[in-house]
Amino acid sequence: MSDAILFEKSQLQPNANHLKGTQPTSAPLSVRDLAVAYHKKPVLSGVSFDIPEGQLIGILGPNGAGKSTLIKAVLGLVPKMHGEVKIFGQSYREQRRRIGYVPQRESVDWDFPTHALDVVMMGRYGHLGWFRRPGKKERDLAAHCLEQVGMGDYMYRQISQLSGGQQQRVFLARALVQDAELYFMDEPFAGVDATTEKAIISLLEQLKKQGKTVLVVHHDLATVEEYFDHVLLLNGRLVAGGPTNEVFVPDTLQETYGGRIAMIGSRSEKGQV
Amino acid sequence: MWNWIVAILSDPNTRWILLGCLLLGFSSGIIGSFTFLRRQSLMGDTLAHAALPGICIAFMLTETKSVGLFLFGALVAGIVATFGISWITRYSRIKQDAAMGIVLTVFFGIGVVMLTRIQHGASGSQSGLDKYLFGQAASMVMTDVYVMGGVCLVLLIACLAWFKEFKLVSFDPGFARGMGLPVGMLEQLILLLTVIAVVAGIQAVGVVLVAALLVTPAAAARCWTDSLSLMVLLAGVFGALSGATGTIFSTLVPNLPTGPVTVLAATVLFAGSALLAPRRGLLARRLRSLQAKSAYLREEHATLQTLSAQRAQQERGEL
Repeated sequence: MSDAILFEKSQLQPNANHLKGTQPTSAPLSVRDLAVAYHKKPVLSGVSFDIPEGQLIGILGPNGAGKSTLIKAVLGLVPKMHGEVKIFGQSYREQRRRIGYVPQRESVDWDFPTHALDVVMMGRYGHLGWFRRPGKKERDLAAHCLEQVGMGDYMYRQISQLSGGQQQRVFLARALVQDAELYFMDEPFAGVDATTEKAIISLLEQLKKQGKTVLVVHHDLATVEEYFDHVLLLNGRLVAGGPTNEVFVPDTLQETYGGRIAMIGSRSEKGQV
Repeated sequence: MWNWIVAILSDPNTRWILLGCLLLGFSSGIIGSFTFLRRQSLMGDTLAHAALPGICIAFMLTETKSVGLFLFGALVAGIVATFGISWITRYSRIKQDAAMGIVLTVFFGIGVVMLTRIQHGASGSQSGLDKYLFGQAASMVMTDVYVMGGVCLVLLIACLAWFKEFKLVSFDPGFARGMGLPVGMLEQLILLLTVIAVVAGIQAVGVVLVAALLVTPAAAARCWTDSLSLMVLLAGVFGALSGATGTIFSTLVPNLPTGPVTVLAATVLFAGSALLAPRRGLLARRLRSLQAKSAYLREEHATLQTLSAQRAQQERGEL
């Protein structure tokens, strides 16, 4: 089974949209003046940005900067205090079928009685609608996506028997099977080994080649320039956002991370010399 | 004793009650699986205890003992209780477990005070409301059994219809919401079905212990399988077995309430499962670790032997 067969529908979709297209400049994600608060404590405020299509975008910032919160607010998982989020020029509700989501691995109980293939099939529930059970088609799609992330041998493995990296791949496969155009991934590289990290990044590159847009919450500053075309630097507000080579520079990093970044910045400069 | 059971089963009224309790145990086990996996086992207990004042108020207002009315009263009380819990967790620093503990005891306290009043009132002594504490399946009349059976069927159909949604909401509510499922509504629906199961079971098992029918069969079933659908089915079977055992024994022994026997039966099933289940059971796990240990020792022994053999060879060579 080739990728072309699996994703033929999504390749048609942008065209159809284009024909309809009275709004040619509808970015995959456009956020205006977003503010979010937990228990009256503001976490994010005044965040505005547009995301270019077909790129890998890193969301960076220190702990508590609101990286996950930004994703959750866009997806409607936490209430917005203020502001507007448009996905392909429309509200999230109208576009949710074009969105794929990879939550943080620790957000679920991995002792849940189910196996890897079943978890991946959950990615099709949104397409199935109410009262329809997943059948052979869903199973085949899910199996194909598991193979894509190198988990073909673990389809019927109970999910608690998987390693952290394998669990992360299962979550990625579940997002793939959603067949979306805009992906949100919350720390997919957290606690995975080097092999899995490589597998994930090559998958992201593949998605990019298919014209999809991927937003990734990321922690490792050393790999930012290698992985991402575009970055958003957060620290309770949007410090800077734009192409990596323009934005990922000592000045903005200093502003985002405060004093803590000085060491890493100087090290990378030494590396370049 | 077997003769006794046969004799009891030959009574058509008892047969109907038994069937009702089987159905009750089955549907409680099924909806209980979801509350168990959502780590809301205590929620069932809270809702059950909270139902008591609802039932008492329904009786005080109408002076009639009607299951439908009690159901309504318990439902309202259950909803008030859930609101109370979310209100406490939202507006104070108290966590959900403590909030549930507070709401459970407050509602149950109010319920017992009302129950005492009713018992001492004019129409109270024949109300039979005291049976609602620990349950008395034998006190049920035909209409009660019909209502209970109908309610259980509704529960079963709901769990079947929304199986995939309930599964996703139990496993990963964040992902479900991101997908556009109305997670809040589904969570409320699971709670509502739990309340319904609790209320249906109150007369048979009693408010104090009805939660055991939600939690214990699910916990026992989890030991045997890693598939959700199988677990749900097994929990239903365990629940039905417990319910039936409780009913039979309480009919056999005069003045023995149904609830405690049901709970004991469920506990026996759970203890057996936790001990004997093939993969997650205590014995199996102990056996596995022993096997691993002996395999490791054997391997180490073998390497030691080859090492000493090599050394002996070396020494011979040097000589």
